[in-house]
Amino acid sequence: MNKPLIEINELGKVFHRDTVEIRALDGIDLSIHAGEFVCLMGPSGSGKSTLLNIIAGIDYATEGEAVVLDTDLSSLNEDGQATWRNQHVGFVFQHFNLIPVLTAFENVELPLLLTSLSRKERREHVETALRVVRLTDRMEHYPRQLSGGQEQRVAIARAIVTDPTFILADEPTGDLDAESAREVLEVLSTLNSEFGKTIIMVTHDPRAAEFASVTYHLDKGLLTKTVLNGSHS
Amino acid sequence: MKIPIKYNIRSILIRRVGSAMTAVGIGLTVAVVVVMMAMVNGLDRTFTETGDDQNLVVLREGSLNEVNSYFTRDAFETVRFLPGVMRDEENEPLAVGELIVVITHPRKDGKESNVMVRGTSETGFRLRPEMKMVEGRKFRDGLREMIVSQALAKRFENFNVGDTIKINRVDWKIVGSFESDGGAYESELWGGYQDVAQVWQRPIFSSILVRAESLEDAQAFIKRIEDDDRIQLNAVSQRDYYAEQTVSSIGLKALAVFIAVLMGIGSCFAIMNMMYGMVMGRQPEIATMRALGFRRRSTRASFLFESAVLALSGGVIGCALGSLFNGYSAGTSNFSSFSEVLFNFQVTPLIIALGLSFALVMGILGGILPARRAAWIRLIDVLKE
Repeated sequence: MNKPLIEINELGKVFHRDTVEIRALDGIDLSIHAGEFVCLMGPSGSGKSTLLNIIAGIDYATEGEAVVLDTDLSSLNEDGQATWRNQHVGFVFQHFNLIPVLTAFENVELPLLLTSLSRKERREHVETALRVVRLTDRMEHYPRQLSGGQEQRVAIARAIVTDPTFILADEPTGDLDAESAREVLEVLSTLNSEFGKTIIMVTHDPRAAEFASVTYHLDKGLLTKTVLNGSHS
Repeated sequence: MKIPIKYNIRSILIRRVGSAMTAVGIGLTVAVVVVMMAMVNGLDRTFTETGDDQNLVVLREGSLNEVNSYFTRDAFETVRFLPGVMRDEENEPLAVGELIVVITHPRKDGKESNVMVRGTSETGFRLRPEMKMVEGRKFRDGLREMIVSQALAKRFENFNVGDTIKINRVDWKIVGSFESDGGAYESELWGGYQDVAQVWQRPIFSSILVRAESLEDAQAFIKRIEDDDRIQLNAVSQRDYYAEQTVSSIGLKALAVFIAVLMGIGSCFAIMNMMYGMVMGRQPEIATMRALGFRRRSTRASFLFESAVLALSGGVIGCALGSLFNGYSAGTSNFSSFSEVLFNFQVTPLIIALGLSFALVMGILGGILPARRAAWIRLIDVLKE
């Protein structure tokens, strides 16, 4: 088997609130390979978002290691992590996190401003990304002029516009109605199946998990079980 | 700065009321500063734009101005025939002995103020080509007539052409009004030397104004006067003489700086407050951009830029408001002559540039801490919310 894209060994995360120690993650071992559609499930406070944030390079582990694309993220400083994220990670958030004063086109273009692409090249990339999410007719609309589903599709276009190594989606359907949620999941599924994108998605929704090729369950910071295409292990 | 400028501009515009209130607040501060600078500039220009380098003012040794200078007519005769003094077509030296007295006269606002009266002659006009009669005619010596500047006529009672005023128990008729390109003479009444000397019983001169043949002759004349022990006088170029009178504006300058600093600090806090609000309200946006790969310094620069733009828009408002005072006429006490000096507020491109710079500095100072806050928000905490 190929070398994993993400390799997590004995990963632990401890928070300190006043004098109380909170263990968010405890001894997590996990390998994610290129092209997988991974789902992280678990109740609130189970540590799934914390795990996602560590993989994304916006949080640190306090124990163990997270090697992503052969890079130990804890070895990067803030600026290094920012550059790394821009090059390798596409984010999809629960609340879409679009910039309200920028149009759909401008929102999708944002990560490209950190690259050396020309204006013309940026336009081509943005139009391609919006075409993938079927929103080319909404590119001049502001987020407030879009439905929730459309906003999340714009967010997905923003996540893929730099052609990142993997996409991290934190509760991408949490704010959507069933129909919009299905649309968004289909887009993510297409990105995985047709474009070979590695996707790691955090969700509460079992129906959303059905789109993933593998689901990891977490509870109280521990990896409790793994489900592969419907079969338990 | 990688974060697009349109993000900042639109963020300012979308928060119309808050942004407008902050901008207007800054604008008022800038307006006050611009008006103060226009006032000081107008007062300074009143003096610095008066005079000619080839004209020389002769005063008694040790005197700083005409009001506390006096000397005899003999000294005048000695001075006017010194070498280097220009002659007119009748071979008469272009020199005039003048007497300055200060009177107290009611202003139109009901208060009284000191006004300088210059006793002079026709040569006084010839040596000051900027003096232009705008109404009536020149005074005639011996008839107790005076002419008055238009600026004084607007500010003081009974200084209109045709009016008769009682000064030193004597009636004087105002027969004309003049302008002098906004210079220091616009704060004076002019009458015939003989009349002034007689009424005030001062058969002396306060100063002599002479025209040198050339600038080189002017310098030689100054040296000669300085070296001549017989007359104990000093000579200085007319331009330098009036430039030294700008001491009048020192108090105003100090006040302007004091007010600017005080209001500037207040405005910095207003900007800071607004920008903190902006940062707090946009934490998810900041965190998103940071997550997308924008660095801390980009975030800091972006909010600093936004603060500067906000302040600069206030600066534009302030400069526009301040410009409304351009040309406004006012008066103050000349601390060296203890008489009223009239001047016009003058808003110049330099003052506008200074006003905008002042706004920019306030914006940057007020934006530093909020921008720092934006750069250092914890992504995890914000994204979790």
